[in-house]
Amino acid sequence: MMTIRRLGRWGLSTMERLGRASLLLGQVLVGTPALFLRFSLVVQQLFYVGVLSVLIIVISGLFVGMVLGLQGYNTLVDFGAEESLGVLVSLSLVRELGPVVSALLFAGRAGSALTAEVGLMKSTEQLSGMEMMAVDPVRRVIAPRFLAGVVSMPLLAAIFSAVGVLGAFLVGHGLLGVDDGAFWSQMQAKTDWYDDVLNGVIKSIVFGFVVTWIALFEGYDAVPTSEGVGRATTRTVVHSAFAILGLDFVLTALMFGE
Amino acid sequence: MMQNKQAEILVGLFVAAGLAALFMLAMKVSNLGDLADQQGYQVTANFQNIGGLKVRSPVSMAGVRVGRVANIKLDPNTYDAVVTLNIYSQYDTIPLDSSASIFTAGLLGEQYIGLEAGADDFYLADGDEIMLTQPAVVLEQIIGQFLYSQAEGN
Repeated sequence: MMTIRRLGRWGLSTMERLGRASLLLGQVLVGTPALFLRFSLVVQQLFYVGVLSVLIIVISGLFVGMVLGLQGYNTLVDFGAEESLGVLVSLSLVRELGPVVSALLFAGRAGSALTAEVGLMKSTEQLSGMEMMAVDPVRRVIAPRFLAGVVSMPLLAAIFSAVGVLGAFLVGHGLLGVDDGAFWSQMQAKTDWYDDVLNGVIKSIVFGFVVTWIALFEGYDAVPTSEGVGRATTRTVVHSAFAILGLDFVLTALMFGE
Repeated sequence: MMQNKQAEILVGLFVAAGLAALFMLAMKVSNLGDLADQQGYQVTANFQNIGGLKVRSPVSMAGVRVGRVANIKLDPNTYDAVVTLNIYSQYDTIPLDSSASIFTAGLLGEQYIGLEAGADDFYLADGDEIMLTQPAVVLEQIIGQFLYSQAEGN
């Protein structure tokens, strides 16, 4: 009996949070067009959300690409197909690893920072202070951060993939001696701009949307204590990771399933 | 104010880097780089069987890529595959009686169309049809035939 009651309470509170999150998203989407009049707010957030995430994205992309090059070579060389290293690297980076890994890093770097910032604003009553001054905190605080997140994510994923390909080239050509002409030409022959690259970009836009939404909602909905903000930050990373991996499966099935 | 300016410059650099990465993915990694030379004329060819040929598969002549497969459909009357080839316009002196065959790159590689020049004085032009065609060699069929002939004791 207790279990059922607890289950019911959990279900109800989950639905309630989902409802609040959707309402917040609705308010944000309504508030977004007005941002084009005050674009400096978005530029500022692009700096915090996007620029500050570039370093981790570049370094991770480089190493992921280098490892892919090394492991791919070791596998392909058994089949005498090491010239296909370029295809292996580009398809795995552009379709999967670029959007997914950069979204996971983005959730850890930018998402948690957003939650902590908004949560802290809430716990220090800055948000209610804004309301007192008849400034809508959703439009002033949440919407620019949301737009910045959605814009940054595909750019970060593209940087990740491009740097990863270069890393794989460094290892494949420089270290392992794969012919550079074959590397690039096979890659170009098998990687399609519309089917592979653009689908990866669409994925990263969806991930950026979801991660920023989760991060901002968790911050906006956080219990206004230091413990509450800390929990909200953790929840952002955990929920974002689940959402990214789950959505990745759905999107892959939609895009690449024949 | 100075701080603000710096942030703006860095955001500008970030957006430029992202777009440059996308541009590199477009030109260097994917096949968009060679979409620019897509202009050409279209000819059709009927094949009994196209095997694993796909749209955008290469069309080559003497090993040189002269175009790409633009469209594949089934003829409802003859049940042949009608393949539309987009031949780049600089290759406009392909004889009218050239033949088209479907080959496989390597043993298990992707399939492509190979053109073999004929001796006609007239050249292929937009809307023409290549009459001489040879269907794809389907590996399973060959293995099947081989096994069948072995069983018959030939």
